[in-house]
Amino acid sequence: MRDISRRKFIAAAVPLAAAPLVAGPLVSGLLGNTAFGKSPSAPAALTLSDQARQRIQKHNLPNIPLITHEGKQVLFYDDLVKDKAVSLNFFYGNCDEVCPRVMANLAAVQKLLGRQVGRDIFMYSFTLKPEEDTLDVLRHHREMYHAGPGWTFLTAKPDDIEKLRKAIGFSYPEPAIDKDKTQHIGNIRYGNEPLMLWSACPGMAHAKWIAETLEWMVHPEQNRIQAS
Amino acid sequence: MYYNVFGEKVSKKRYKEMCAAAKNRRELIAAGLTSRRELFRMGLLTAGGVLIAKKGLSAQTVLTAGQNVNGTSVKTNNPPSSGQNMSPGTNQNCVPGNQTASPATRPFIQPLPIMPVAKTVSSLSPAPTENPNTAAGEVRAAPFQAPLIDSSRFPVVPGVLYQFNQRQFTTSFSPDLPNQTIWGFDDGTGTRSPGPTYQAFYGKPQLTRNINSLPSITEKNNTGFGMASVTTHLHNAHNPSESDGNPCDFYTNGHFCDQYYPNVLAGFNSDFAPNGDINEALSTLWYHDHRVDFTSQNTYKGLVGFYCLFNQFDTGDENTGFRLPSFPQFDIPLTFADKVFDPESGQLVFDLFNLDGILGDKFLVNGAIQPFFEVSPRRYRFRLLDTGPSRFYEFFLTGNIGGTGSPTTNPFFLIGTDGNLIPVPIQVNSVRIGPAERVDVVIDFTHLAGQTVYLENRINQINGQGPVAVDSQLFSQSEPVNTECTQVLGPTTPAVKPAGAGDLVLQFRVTGPKVKDNSLPPSQQKFYSLPSTVATPRVVRTFKFDRLNGQWSINGQFMDCNTFRFTVQQNSVEHWLLTNLTGDWTHPVHIHLEEHQILSRNRAAPTVPVDQGRKDVTQLHPNERVELFFRFRDWLGKYPIHCHNVVHEDHAMMALWHVEPTGDNVLVP
Repeated sequence: MRDISRRKFIAAAVPLAAAPLVAGPLVSGLLGNTAFGKSPSAPAALTLSDQARQRIQKHNLPNIPLITHEGKQVLFYDDLVKDKAVSLNFFYGNCDEVCPRVMANLAAVQKLLGRQVGRDIFMYSFTLKPEEDTLDVLRHHREMYHAGPGWTFLTAKPDDIEKLRKAIGFSYPEPAIDKDKTQHIGNIRYGNEPLMLWSACPGMAHAKWIAETLEWMVHPEQNRIQAS
Repeated sequence: MYYNVFGEKVSKKRYKEMCAAAKNRRELIAAGLTSRRELFRMGLLTAGGVLIAKKGLSAQTVLTAGQNVNGTSVKTNNPPSSGQNMSPGTNQNCVPGNQTASPATRPFIQPLPIMPVAKTVSSLSPAPTENPNTAAGEVRAAPFQAPLIDSSRFPVVPGVLYQFNQRQFTTSFSPDLPNQTIWGFDDGTGTRSPGPTYQAFYGKPQLTRNINSLPSITEKNNTGFGMASVTTHLHNAHNPSESDGNPCDFYTNGHFCDQYYPNVLAGFNSDFAPNGDINEALSTLWYHDHRVDFTSQNTYKGLVGFYCLFNQFDTGDENTGFRLPSFPQFDIPLTFADKVFDPESGQLVFDLFNLDGILGDKFLVNGAIQPFFEVSPRRYRFRLLDTGPSRFYEFFLTGNIGGTGSPTTNPFFLIGTDGNLIPVPIQVNSVRIGPAERVDVVIDFTHLAGQTVYLENRINQINGQGPVAVDSQLFSQSEPVNTECTQVLGPTTPAVKPAGAGDLVLQFRVTGPKVKDNSLPPSQQKFYSLPSTVATPRVVRTFKFDRLNGQWSINGQFMDCNTFRFTVQQNSVEHWLLTNLTGDWTHPVHIHLEEHQILSRNRAAPTVPVDQGRKDVTQLHPNERVELFFRFRDWLGKYPIHCHNVVHEDHAMMALWHVEPTGDNVLVP
């Protein structure tokens, strides 16, 4: 009741939004409003598979510039996800509810995955509050969660963080809730970029299960059975 | 007495306010009014930022259609009426945010595909074995249960065998779109999606070898979505767990699973031995991929099909038994699916990064976009299945589209809910179904000879949350549902659009030859009785469907293949309370193994026809508490409960449980 009543109150009381909810354009003339702009036609030489991969890249994996906790400039698509298996999530420094649980879980996942992290799978945590979370804050949190070399913390310009957040599906359909950072989405997005395998799991799920889920991205050819 | 979703008593006044506030919000969002300035200008927002709770407020009465307060076009889900549209039903529905519209396609230019009846095979090589044949590449969790109960009735190699290969293949959804590379089932006669329709019979156990012959996952030839490791669930079958198609048992290319379908009535190995309870007879089932975390993608990519189960009453022959229209000539399975196509390439696309639910702007019936079906002026049985991923439908039979005068609404008969025949057919104007639900209906075209009528979806849905204003009118009948909300909001609500303003999904041309009709009129039919629900439950369990920081949850926990949350005692009665804490979301909740009956919605007996039959999916509306009656019989093992908005399911709104000889008493699993 605790958080639902607050959520409902906020949702009911403040239905405003910086980004208006797109309730659904119907007429093709209205449709130039995708966040990703008009796309050029894919060259005919590309296979269906290549076209599909480009489409995902264009719509969901924007090549925005980010800065790592080490102060290194990177591009989201080119440097972080292209040709890799990855986990992606958002957090912020002074978040006292969901983030500590998710980040502690990720620390446990990192431990369970061992040497695979940074070699077969790359973990990325993005700050939701780039205005507040300086590189020092990111580094402090990395230390707090014993993040190893395969787990990178990143920041970017606020607009770019917003673009990334929406592109990789960390947003709500209700604008008021979407704006409320205390309700931010605690999922872990996972994927294998070249194989176009993408899904997500709750960051608050059991670490062992999250680790197993991430391993499917490294070894998707694995079967799984469990006796009852 | 009025209750909020937590089961706490609230005043009538407060309850009305809750209903009104929820409706107001939905209408404002539907009308595209989300900015503070617009709301303030309309007097809907106080200076303190609080939305005014004004009874009966409707943004749509304030605004003229298609205009917002600034006189510019509003992005709403109310398309131009197809009654005034030369090409009805095209590009009508909403396109979810962040998504472009599919290319235009012409409606009603291709005939309705009818899935062929699945072909049996005379033998399987290697022969099925009681224990999983891992050496040959089988991936199965446990030995077959049925032969262990009675090997003479249920031989390890039963008399009816199928071999289904799941394959990638190329097909066309519309002549206006390029060919599509998707996944389907091949019974030996070629790959298709939806897969071939099983024609199964009670008393004839059967076995399907489900072989994964999809392209290897690691070949880098994915078409953009889909996980080529699979597990095929037979939805609503009273089946042993090892053959159920559990989401956590999946296998990749080159492997197979032998699935044993005993085709036996619930109770056969318990309170109704040896043949089971005839009142638990199942008719319309379906099979679909259930791979954990990837079910939405894999079913969207084509891995669905029908399984029709017959017996001595529901015979498939209109001259015998209940005398329902004969299968397969006049008994037609219909799969409904909504999909999106890339505006540039015309290729099928899937929003991989969505957490809420996915809506398509193209409506497919049996794998064709808006087909037509030529029928004879007689009675037909249709088995309607919503394959999702996330769309709800309210189907009306609409006539006089594009003619002079208004479109007409033609009644028909509801005969089954979730594939289970109801005690007596009920005449209705519409049926509402959500993802994974089925309804069986009988339509009599006799008096429509020469006319063109449509199956029209009139429900208003703008995103994965579910229908707009679901609390106001659950089921559009001649008499509106008598709830407090309908009294507050009036019986006509934006949840259901007027005739001709919805999506024309399927066209019936009643131009076929006059043929003999030996089926019995539904008004004279009587089917099975409902099993008794008076037994005292051994335990009453509560399941809260919620969203915690964007994470879909059941009782605050998440799907985990390694965790079984509770144990049901074999051959016992339980009540399950499903509550919905997710303000505006509707969750179609599915429970494997046993179907259920709805004892109450918000403590009142169910009133709408689809709630009164036997169910395996129950729509859990916003701020609802639904109480279900279960008898868990005969089989042992592991099964899930989950939301069947498959996007929610894939994001962990699922829990595993066991049936064992001794159960536990975990009340909030």
